Formats: sequence, C-alpha cells, structure tokens
Amino acid sequence: MKFDLRQNALNIVIWVLLITMPAWMNAIGGYTQLGTQVVIMGLAAMALNFLLGHTGVLSFGHAAYFGLGAYGVGMTIRYLDASTPLGLLVGVLAGAVAAALIGPLIVRRRGVYFAMVTIAFGQVFYFIAVRWNTVTGGDDGLTNWHRQNIDLGLFKINIMDSAIHFYYFALVIFALAVGLMASILHSPFGRTLIAIRENERRTRFIGINVNFHIWMSWLVSCTFMALAGALFALQNNFVDPHSLYWTQSGIFVIMCVLGGMRSFWGPLVGAAIYVVLQDYLSSLVSDYWQFFIGLVFVAVVLFFPRGVMGMLRRRAVE
Amino acid sequence: MSFLKVENVSRHFGNLVAVDGVSMTVEPGECRAVIGPNGAGKTTFFNLITGMLGLTTGRVLLEDKDLAGIDPTHRVKLGMARTFQITEIFPELTVSENIRIPVETAAGLSMKARMSASQRSGVRQRIDQLLEEGGLSRIAHRYAGELSHGDQRATEIMMALALNPRLLLLDEPTAGMGDDETHAVARLIKRIHRESRMTIVLIEHDMRVVFNLADKITVLAEGRPLAEGTPAEITANAKVQAAYLGGAA
Ligand SMILES: Nc1ncnc2c1ncn2[C@@H]1O[C@H](COP(=O)(O)OP(=O)(O)O)[C@@H](O)[C@H]1O
Ligand SMILES: [Mg+2]
Repeated sequence: MKFDLRQNALNIVIWVLLITMPAWMNAIGGYTQLGTQVVIMGLAAMALNFLLGHTGVLSFGHAAYFGLGAYGVGMTIRYLDASTPLGLLVGVLAGAVAAALIGPLIVRRRGVYFAMVTIAFGQVFYFIAVRWNTVTGGDDGLTNWHRQNIDLGLFKINIMDSAIHFYYFALVIFALAVGLMASILHSPFGRTLIAIRENERRTRFIGINVNFHIWMSWLVSCTFMALAGALFALQNNFVDPHSLYWTQSGIFVIMCVLGGMRSFWGPLVGAAIYVVLQDYLSSLVSDYWQFFIGLVFVAVVLFFPRGVMGMLRRRAVE
Repeated sequence: MSFLKVENVSRHFGNLVAVDGVSMTVEPGECRAVIGPNGAGKTTFFNLITGMLGLTTGRVLLEDKDLAGIDPTHRVKLGMARTFQITEIFPELTVSENIRIPVETAAGLSMKARMSASQRSGVRQRIDQLLEEGGLSRIAHRYAGELSHGDQRATEIMMALALNPRLLLLDEPTAGMGDDETHAVARLIKRIHRESRMTIVLIEHDMRVVFNLADKITVLAEGRPLAEGTPAEITANAKVQAAYLGGAA
C-alpha cells in the first residue's frame, strides 16, 4: 500500500511537470521544442523498455521501427495525401506490420543473439532508406513536406506554426500511448511478460507459450516505437536514414539504462537527461558532446546500475 | 487405466547414458518416490517425463495418450506441474505475485489485457487460499528472492499447485533444508496428497520423508531401474540395501 502511494505521487509529479512544461521551460533556459523532443524521445524509450525492462529482452534494432514510423508519415504526406492523421496511421502501421512479420523469425533467440538479429534486420531498413534515394531522398533525407494542421471540425489545431500547439498535440498522443502501455503491464498478460523477465524456465513450466508472448511484447513495443518515430518526423518536417541506423537504437538503450529499466517512468527520465544534455553540451563543446554523454553513461552504470529512478527509489526506501 | 506410464525410456548425452531403459507405471492418486544416489539419472528422468529433454528411446503416456512431440508448455496444459531441484521462482516479485501468475494462467487469463470484477475477485480468493494452505500468508508481501530456502521451496510448490495439476512432480523438495523445514514441507505434501488425491511423483533423498509419503518407490542406480515396490519391499530388498540404503544409512 505504501508503495502504491509513492507510485501515485510520482505519477502526479510527472504529469504536472509535463502538462505545465511550456510555462516554465523558457524560464529555466530551455525552449518549447526541447520539451517536445523530451516527450517524443521519452515515448520511444518507454516503448523500447516495454520489451527491454518489462519483458527482459534486449533489442538493438528498435531504430528501424522508429525510422519506419518516421518515413511512413513523411512519405504519406509528401506523396499520398497532405494529412497528419493519415500520415501517423501509415507510419504506425508500417512499423507494426514489419514487426509482426519479423517477430516470428527472431523470438526463438535469446540474449545477445536476439540483439544481433535485431541489429541485422534493422540495418536492412537502413540500407533501403539510403539506396532507394529516388523515393526516400537517400542520404540527404526526405524533404519538401510539412506537417499539416488538424481540423477537428469545430476548431483547428495549429500545429504547423505554433510550437505550443505541437507540444500539446505530441503530449496527448504520448499520454494515450503511455496509458495503454501501463494498462497492459497491469493486466494478466502484462504479468506474463514480467514473469518471462524474472524466470523464463518457470514461466514455461507454468504453461505460458514464452515465444508467443515475447512476439506480442515485441509487437507492442515496436508499434509504439513507430508512433514515436512518426512524431519525431512531424516535429522536424524531415527524416533521414540516421533515425534508423543502429547507433540510434543504442541511444534508446542508453536512455533506458540512464533512467532505470525497472521503473515505468525511468526511460522518460533517461530521455530527458539525454536530450537536455545533448542540447546543452553541443552548444558548449560542439563535437565533443558525445564524449561527455558517454562519461555520464559510464558513471550511471558504475554507480547507479538501476538508473536514476532506481537510485531515487532506494533513497526513498531508506 | 494407469495414469502415467513410462515405457523403457533412455537418454544419452554423447557417450554418457544418463537414463537407461527405465519403465514406471503410476496409478491415479498414487504418491510415488524415485530414489537413488547422486547422478543416478533421477532429474533427467523427470526432464524426460515433462518434455524438457527429448527421449533417446521409449515412450511417455499420460492416460494412455502418447506425449511424443508435445512440448513442456502443452504438457502443463494436460495437467503436469513440476518443481525443480534448484528452485525456480520469480525473485523480484512478492510471494503473492509469484502465486498470482500461475493462478491467472490456470484461469485462462494469460492473454487477457483486462479482467472483469468477478474474475479479479476469483483470482484474489484463489491466491489467498493457496497462500494459506502453503503457510505463506505471513510473508505474502515479501520479495521471493529474499526468503529463506524453505519458504522459497514452499512458494514454488504452491505455484505448481496453483495450476490445478493432476500430476505433480517434485524434484528433491526438501533438499538443503534443516529438520524443521523438512518436516513442514513433508507435512504440506502429505496434506495435498490426502486432501486432493493428486498423483504425485517425488524425487527425495531423505528416507524419513520417503517412507512417510510414498505408496510405492522406484529405485534408480546409474541410470538403470534397480527395484520397485512398497516401502516395506524396498527396505527388505538386498540389492537396494547393498547399492543404496546401506551406504546412506
Ligand atoms: N544436460 C546434460 N548434459 C550432459 N549431461 C547431463 C545433463 N543432465 C544430466 N547429465 C548427466 O546425467 C547424469 C544423471 O544426472 P541427473 O539426472 O541430474 O542425476 P540425479 O538427479 O539422479 O542426481 C549425471 O552424470 C549428469 O552429469
Ligand atoms: Mg537431481
């Protein structure tokens, strides 16, 4: 009961901070777009953590699904129909269909072998994005498209010009996605995933089809990843092959580890640290920012193996 | 009709023959003990029955149904549940959550993303009942990984029972326990057997436990069947005396 109380307090703090972000972001030296990036990268990291932290399966190829979402929305708006909702839908479906098809080929692997096949499949999408340049724009990325305002009949959401409108647009989608992930994790199905993380052999001998449940978790994880990727492309009005390169997958893993994989909100915290540090350091030391992020990462792994949230939680218990 | 029928099963690991032509017939409601020195192939024998390992030769039948090609997960659905020589539980979950997962699975909820109010209260009641039966109520909210060895073993047994099995396989349930814990676990198994008439096969080193619980005993040595009979017959068996009981007693 005590723990529930603390979890509720944490939920309230996080949501209040997110909802009021545009009001204080400038005061502390940030800007609204930076907050938007935290929310979008936070969604991506939480999507990865559905598989990594809550099912115990390490993917190193999640950028592929992030990228599929991003190209899905960009190509739809550029070639098909200038509609933001349709673009989002196509982006998410592209990621989900790819994950559904690739899943059965990889769910028998475990540990580092699973990570390696996810990289391999991820790189396939990277090379397609680079080589098919007449359609994707190749290395230069997909340009000449722009997110469109959303017409809800009664009123329009002006996400084209207003950074604040786009922030809240992204936050509403984030809230729906995160709420859905939380409700899955608190269901009997979600508990089977935790069981797999905790002890795969025991789970199998409870009569749970472990590979099938990992496939489901992978599918949920990749689908939300594609949603995050689509939002990312909408924010930038641009997408290039970097967003599906394997190093981007590594960045998502780093966010989860920084924030704490066992904590529901950990990856959001990790994403916030990463995005803010990157923004701050790259203005300060230009090219060397990755070095400093690397130092922070190593320090966290050495001293707080359960990430920032793991450390806070221990403090709270003591 | 016999309940579990194991016919002439063998298992080779390279040149090593871990189980060598063992047969065993267990009647419904029977409590069977499998004994034998370390390395006799007892655990491997369990792994063959539960499908964790493939057979080199032989057949395993549950109620006359040949289990060939049925994986461990589906054997659980046919009513087999087991514990392991080295306890397999969910260490970072509480005892109550450890029990909850098999309870929900047995209720057919493991693919469900939501539960109705009646399902929720049914699950809650079943968890409480199992905690109570296993003497785990007082530690229901402790993390399983922090418990004493004996409490972890009891948790694992209750997780197996949560599946409502018809055949319960226990691999050395009292291994590494002191007298008090051994006694408590033996009493628990005895009560389960008496109250539910569940068919139980257990591997056990402690002869007091074996003679207290078993209707019949199968003795393995070096992978081969050495003897089979009632506790009295096994005590009187000269081969068993020489190979095993003599050495242990
Ligand atoms: N997976 C395995 N691979 C190779 N050898 C094994 C394996 N499992 C068991 N063995 C060997 O089979 C023999 C029987 O082991 P086991 O069934 O664990 O015996 P028991 O449970 O009676 O002590 C031992 O010699 C053991 O080393
Ligand atoms: Mg053994």
